[in-house]
Amino acid sequence: MQAQSASQQAEIVANILQRQRRDPARLVQVLREIDEVLGELTPEVLAMVGEQLKRPFAEVAGVAGFYHFLELEQRARYRIFWSDNIIEQMQGSTELREEMCRLLWIEPGRASEDGLVKVGLTSCIGMGDQGPALLVNGRTVTRMTRARVAAMVELIRGGALVGNWPEEWFAVADNIRRRDILLGRSYKAGAAIAAALARGPAAMLGEIQSARLRGRGGAGFSTAQKWQACRDAPGDVRYVVCNADEGEPGTFKDRVLLSAYADLVFEGMCIAGLCIGARQGLLYLRGEYRYLLEALEANLARRRAAGLLGRDILGAAGYDFDIEIHLGAGAYVCGEESALLESLAGKRGVPRNRPPFPVTHGYLDCPTAVNNAETLAAACLIAENGGVCYAAIGTEMSTGSKLLSVSGDCARPGIYEYPFGVTVAQVLADAGANDTQAVQVSGPSGVCVAPEEFGRRLAFEDLPSAGAFMVFGASRDMFEVARNFAHFFAHESCGFCTPCRVGTALVKNLMDKINAGHGSPADINELFKLQRLMESTAHCGLGHSACNPVADTLKKFRPAYQRRLHSTEFEPAFDLDYALSQARQMTGRDDAGAHLANES
Amino acid sequence: MSDVFLLDGEQVPFTVGQTVMAAARAAGRYIPHLCWHPEFQPHGSCRLCTVKADGHFAAACTLAARPGMTVDNRTAELDDQRRTLLQMLFVEGNHFCPSCEKSGACKLQATAYELKMMTPHFDHFFPDRAVDASHPDLLLDFNRCILCELCVRASRDADGKNVFAITGRGIKSHLIVNSPSGRLADTAMSLADRAASVCPVGVILAKGRGFVIPIGERRYDRQQIGAAEEQ
Amino acid sequence: MKPKIATTSLAGCFGCHMSLLDIDLRLLELLQRVEFDRSPINDIKTVGPCAIGLIEGGVCNAENVEVLREFRRHCKIIVAFGACAVNGGLPAQRNHLDLRDILEEVYQTSPGLAPGCSIPNDPELPLPLNKVHPIHEIVRVDYFLPGCPPSAEAIWKFLNDLIIGRTPVLGHGLLRYD
Ligand SMILES: Cc1cc2nc3c(=O)[nH]c(=O)nc-3n(C[C@H](O)[C@H](O)[C@H](O)COP(=O)(O)O)c2cc1C
Ligand code: SF4
Ligand code: SF4
Ligand code: SF4
Repeated sequence: MQAQSASQQAEIVANILQRQRRDPARLVQVLREIDEVLGELTPEVLAMVGEQLKRPFAEVAGVAGFYHFLELEQRARYRIFWSDNIIEQMQGSTELREEMCRLLWIEPGRASEDGLVKVGLTSCIGMGDQGPALLVNGRTVTRMTRARVAAMVELIRGGALVGNWPEEWFAVADNIRRRDILLGRSYKAGAAIAAALARGPAAMLGEIQSARLRGRGGAGFSTAQKWQACRDAPGDVRYVVCNADEGEPGTFKDRVLLSAYADLVFEGMCIAGLCIGARQGLLYLRGEYRYLLEALEANLARRRAAGLLGRDILGAAGYDFDIEIHLGAGAYVCGEESALLESLAGKRGVPRNRPPFPVTHGYLDCPTAVNNAETLAAACLIAENGGVCYAAIGTEMSTGSKLLSVSGDCARPGIYEYPFGVTVAQVLADAGANDTQAVQVSGPSGVCVAPEEFGRRLAFEDLPSAGAFMVFGASRDMFEVARNFAHFFAHESCGFCTPCRVGTALVKNLMDKINAGHGSPADINELFKLQRLMESTAHCGLGHSACNPVADTLKKFRPAYQRRLHSTEFEPAFDLDYALSQARQMTGRDDAGAHLANES
Repeated sequence: MSDVFLLDGEQVPFTVGQTVMAAARAAGRYIPHLCWHPEFQPHGSCRLCTVKADGHFAAACTLAARPGMTVDNRTAELDDQRRTLLQMLFVEGNHFCPSCEKSGACKLQATAYELKMMTPHFDHFFPDRAVDASHPDLLLDFNRCILCELCVRASRDADGKNVFAITGRGIKSHLIVNSPSGRLADTAMSLADRAASVCPVGVILAKGRGFVIPIGERRYDRQQIGAAEEQ
Repeated sequence: MKPKIATTSLAGCFGCHMSLLDIDLRLLELLQRVEFDRSPINDIKTVGPCAIGLIEGGVCNAENVEVLREFRRHCKIIVAFGACAVNGGLPAQRNHLDLRDILEEVYQTSPGLAPGCSIPNDPELPLPLNKVHPIHEIVRVDYFLPGCPPSAEAIWKFLNDLIIGRTPVLGHGLLRYD
């Protein structure tokens, strides 16, 4: 990552383009790889890419500017992003990050003058069970401590290549704490595919139907219905897309599936391909899980060699299916299926207008089944044991099991697999959580559950969940939790529609205002008003649910807000005395007239 | 025979595949909007046209009309929401109408009049945005951009030039032009382009002809936007 | 007793006040129905308890803040009177610049200044705020009358509504931002 000459740069870019087959649909992959190698994306490089892919410069720059990890402005040899989820803040990440900046003599978010290092923030990177965590040049470091910060600063100062840093820093543990039907069995590679093949596409789909399998990505849509619609949609080319974007803060179960059960996910994709008649699968892996890429590619290569991918799988003539991995580049909204399809096609991750739906007009406008990684893994179980057996587990409306990512104030954070219908209290007990004040189920977009509701069940008919289960002990400040989530949504809004683009920024500002002690009841009313507006007018699910954490905590933890309100009368959002600071500095005045008291 | 749906209690005919917005427009009925334009693909980003269709909120510009559906449009609830959306657009940019050439013919301003917006209400963001005066015939004042992407669509679909695109994300989303220098002069843009005259607000302005129509005679001085569009 | 009205101009150009005078003979009618408290019109310098306070101009310095707060304390109804009070208007056009750069350029580096010029630091002078703010960002504001300036007709309609006790409504042509 040393400074490159223009001709060296051109060569690097040309090689990457070559490897990506000069496919305009692979623009995000191209930009991500160039950024990884060059450490920045200059206008010249973007122009080069546009020329070669025959896409306008402005479009290429527009795509690059969308993704958090694509660096357009400040180049730095070491790019560090601390995971900024509330769970990591509770683990002390803020103090550690400040310490790191202090030791490096840099301002947060800005590259050092010599272009050596930049320390910033990013949304949850899926390591809540082993935080505080960070990304350094795209690689995940877990369990940060003061000692690690100090050692890391030394290595950075000394210019040590990240690849030569202590191996144990990069260790990511699976932390599987409870296994049930999915994680508890032993699998033989190819067994699920063989079982599906033996049943045949229509019968296999029938088993998914009788299993009453519902999507694990959050919405709980019927998988059989989705696959059937995709199978029935007109068109010759179809796709299976595995959604492994896992951007919802506090969720890390797909990470564990892909590190310890990748075979299940890949076979689930093959089974989906068989059912809907697709020959190509795409796995969209969030950029934060870049560290998994090599192992996943190696797995795919093994499977090809073993006849489990490619032409005539397991010798079945005409059963062709292969899988490609695409990496995201830091955008939570790309987990929304239509935004994900845009990103896969090399565009900005802006959710589409629907209808048409992906099952008829998905990847490159072809019929596409988009499924969460866990949904696909569950399909293997159904292929082997049949739908009826699967439907016997869980509840009437929510069959099978669910993986939970438990983090926060508990003795044993990690992955817990339960049959659907388990109570919040049961999970808390198993995870060793005492004196719990609240649980955020399904991440910021989900529900904040207070103790009187701990008897509620995790199931689509009661507390639906995409897998996050964040535990907050009695000493935690639920206002801070909501404020962290408000920052998350403001950072992740795609900016397409007015209510979410501006609304998330306003909500964030209001929460900061209240936090700074400038809030009044009028500001609380504003928050409710913005919630109603965004819920009813936003373009996609992100905007619809962006105010959930604020509204939930306002209902259930209102005193956490009220104790910050210093006035019943309206107050400015900023400190008036501070607003005179520049003039004081320039005039050297400090008399009484050079100050303003905050009223009330 | 075409089908009908009910818009604020009155029948509006439509043909299969038509959106609520297009049908309403064809029937001379006004649904407030900023990013929709009859010549271009619906976009659905400003959300001003949010209506209640059979009890559910939806953007009229992307909602396919269905026979017999009941659509609420100019209700107090919906107009309140629209006013708030307008206030968001006003505080997000820098709108100093007295010095804007588009004043009086600006759709943002006219829609705010229509909806009786007396104040921008929120704290202003006062963003720092540039003006691009590099082009011989055209001026770009990004302070007023509402990200409707009409220029993006017009340049791509009508002019075949792709002069404009959006970059950034969230509140940092902004318009850029198609040249590594970032200057409009270095793009293929010309005064005759459809994109040069499509901007509903005062971003893309022809040079050398400012304030030609006297106050009182400008488009929306003469008629309120709702009445102007209801014909 | 007639209701009292106070008016003031903060960071404004007095244009809104000129427009108020533009209601011409109707001023006499107005005076039969209200009494003016502090206002540039009568040169009364302190504000007492009032029904209505009309604030022209945005908030650009410490004095503006004090006066605005004074008005808020004394007036039952505060009206943002004109574009600058409503959204900062022309003075707020400095908001994308750093105040330090502005002071430096105005008092020290721009050509034509007498040698040895410095940024004035007389305690009599109000210090400018880092940014200019519309008045609703500083105090609670009850009503807004936009326009640069609002026309005499708009002012007349607005005040009539307020005095009668009706929520002011401005129809086509009266509601204007320019
Ligand atoms: C803002 C947003 C983010 C989302 N993120 C994810 C995600 O990270 N992973 C996921 O599987 N689904 C996510 N979804 C849901 C997907 O849109 C889609 O419903 C899901 O991938 C379908 O798969 P399933 O039926 O197997 O659940 C998200 C939805 C929204 C609105
Ligand atoms: S709701 Fe938010 S994330 Fe969704 S389209 Fe609108 S701006 Fe983008
Ligand atoms: S674009 Fe419209 S609203 Fe904005 S300043 Fe110009 S006239 Fe006013
Ligand atoms: S420049 Fe005008 S047309 Fe283009 S996005 Fe901005 S407001 Fe819309």
